[in-house]
Amino acid sequence: MPRMGTHPSQQRADAGIAVAPRPMRRRARRIDVARVGIYAFLIAAALFFLTPLYIMVVTSLKSMDEIRQGFLFALPEHFTIEPWRAAWSEVCTGVSCDGIRTGFWNSVMIVVPSVIFPILIGAINGYALSFWRTRAADWLFAMLLLGAFIPAQVMIYPLVKVLAAASLFSSLPGIVVIHVIFSMPVMTLLFRNYYASLPQELFKAARIDGGGFWRIFLQLMLPMSTPIMIVGAIMQVTGVWNDYIFGLVFAGRENLPMTVQLNNVINTTTGERLYNVNMAATILTSLVPLLVYFVSGRWFVRGIAAGAVKG
Amino acid sequence: MSGVNVKNLGIRFGSNAVIEHLDLAVNPGEFLVLLGPSGCGKSTLLHSIAGLIDVAEGSIEIGGNDVTEAEPNERGIGMVFQSYALYPTMTVERNMSFGLRVSGTPKPAIEERVKRAARMLQLEPLLQRKPSQLSGGQRQRVAIGRALVRDANVFLLDEPLSNLDAKLRTELRRELKLLHNSLGATMIYVTHDQVEAMTLATRVVVMRGGKIQQIGAPVAVYERPENLFVAGFLGAPGMNFLKGELTEGDSGAVFTSTAVKVPLDPATFKVDTHRSGRRAVVLGIRPEDIRIHEDGELSGTVQLVEPMGNHRVVWINMNGISLSAVLHDDRDIRTDSTIRYSFDVRRVSCFDEATEQRL
Repeated sequence: MPRMGTHPSQQRADAGIAVAPRPMRRRARRIDVARVGIYAFLIAAALFFLTPLYIMVVTSLKSMDEIRQGFLFALPEHFTIEPWRAAWSEVCTGVSCDGIRTGFWNSVMIVVPSVIFPILIGAINGYALSFWRTRAADWLFAMLLLGAFIPAQVMIYPLVKVLAAASLFSSLPGIVVIHVIFSMPVMTLLFRNYYASLPQELFKAARIDGGGFWRIFLQLMLPMSTPIMIVGAIMQVTGVWNDYIFGLVFAGRENLPMTVQLNNVINTTTGERLYNVNMAATILTSLVPLLVYFVSGRWFVRGIAAGAVKG
Repeated sequence: MSGVNVKNLGIRFGSNAVIEHLDLAVNPGEFLVLLGPSGCGKSTLLHSIAGLIDVAEGSIEIGGNDVTEAEPNERGIGMVFQSYALYPTMTVERNMSFGLRVSGTPKPAIEERVKRAARMLQLEPLLQRKPSQLSGGQRQRVAIGRALVRDANVFLLDEPLSNLDAKLRTELRRELKLLHNSLGATMIYVTHDQVEAMTLATRVVVMRGGKIQQIGAPVAVYERPENLFVAGFLGAPGMNFLKGELTEGDSGAVFTSTAVKVPLDPATFKVDTHRSGRRAVVLGIRPEDIRIHEDGELSGTVQLVEPMGNHRVVWINMNGISLSAVLHDDRDIRTDSTIRYSFDVRRVSCFDEATEQRL
């Protein structure tokens, strides 16, 4: 039987890895040029990527007076969370000055359906393509993948026309439809490869038991799909949350996502540039994808290894 | 109980014909074993009977009904797969009842049938477990149970024991045979293991390259193989083959080769050898039909003795040709010694060298 999810054997494997380095440590005590090189590189890389984050965090905790002194790397002398409060609820995003919290909730409204629908439709696509193979299955799949290689920008204008004709332009359903469409190649590929790795005999047994298309999908395949659904959810949450161009074009003024509002905050051309508020707003905006990565890094890597690359 | 009738079956994968013009009649209540090397089309044939593979031509009847176009669940079959194919997210009980729940059987009836199958297969203590918590043998039992609760008329088994270790395989093999005896249902069983075929089958169907080579009772197929392929496929160690010529002597047919000259019993042949004169043949003799005894008319040197526990296999070098003989007593036989033996000529098989068919 294929092992899904966290299985006792995996935990055992993790434990095994934790034990293994013991003999290695003894060897590392000797001067090992390769090892020193590896650590030097890793530390340099970590510093390279962490420095901007460090500057963002310390700047967002300083007052403007302190920032004007110009010590970029210095820790704040007078610790303040005022910029964070301002970024969340007071800063001006274009005309209104309610902070980026409206953008946050707009983004949540966009992300939730843009995660649920692509996963469901992608799972159905992948299931149909790997088990109910029609003659055109490979051809359909190739067409879908081809879609992944066409730059999204090329399709913006035609899609604006199509959505306008369907009266969905500048609306929440409109932007969700756009995200569903553009997620289809990757979501289908993800689920198709996952289902292709399951034994065909499982499907055949269910056919003998009288299962039809939907029953086999809902009662057998979907409950087995938890790992790949988590991977799909991670990809969609981060992808849709970080989206800027579709939100700007299709969401409409009422539903602008957080990324668009953040841009409005930072690119404002009137008055003083509030660096501390800008930094706080930026961190707030990137908090959701960061959290997703921190919480689910293990799943993400496994999904890439199991679903997206293999096959 | 119902029979299965396959007529003029043809199956193609793309442009590649896997099975062509195949006819097979399975009697009600029979244990029919499809035997052959991998890629011979035996599994394809089974899956087409199950309705899991589309048929290009011909018809399939189960219990007198034409089911060629019917859905798998409408055919009155139960199936057991090599990989068990248990639903990993369901408990044993729900695995077994899945088909009944799909067909909308009332709950008390489902419970009753699952219980009965669980009792027959000693699965009662495992009903609430998930497949991942079971051993290989238990999983295969559940898979058999899942087929049982369907109250099928025909059971299709696709190499059900191949994934088990040797000891467990022997145990489950015996259980399967007992199950067949008590159910009396028709069973069609695919295997590449000749021991399974010999022990389980009422009739064996030997297949190669999508074609049926021979159908018959296990003993008949073993003792009177229709062609060289069947003769070579069955038996371990395999049948000894000697190339030579068949000529008519004064007292009947004589087999002559570079190594040996053997007069043959006329009862060996099903065709009349008198008129044909000399012809190139292959003589086949099973290891157990080579008798090692002191006044045997043939002699050779012992190359190797393989002890098998309850018997020994003696490899004899007969003028450059290697023969295997089975020995059931414990007399002293040494490597490189010369021994005498004889062929049991009533039990040899003779094949035409060109057509490879039995003479």
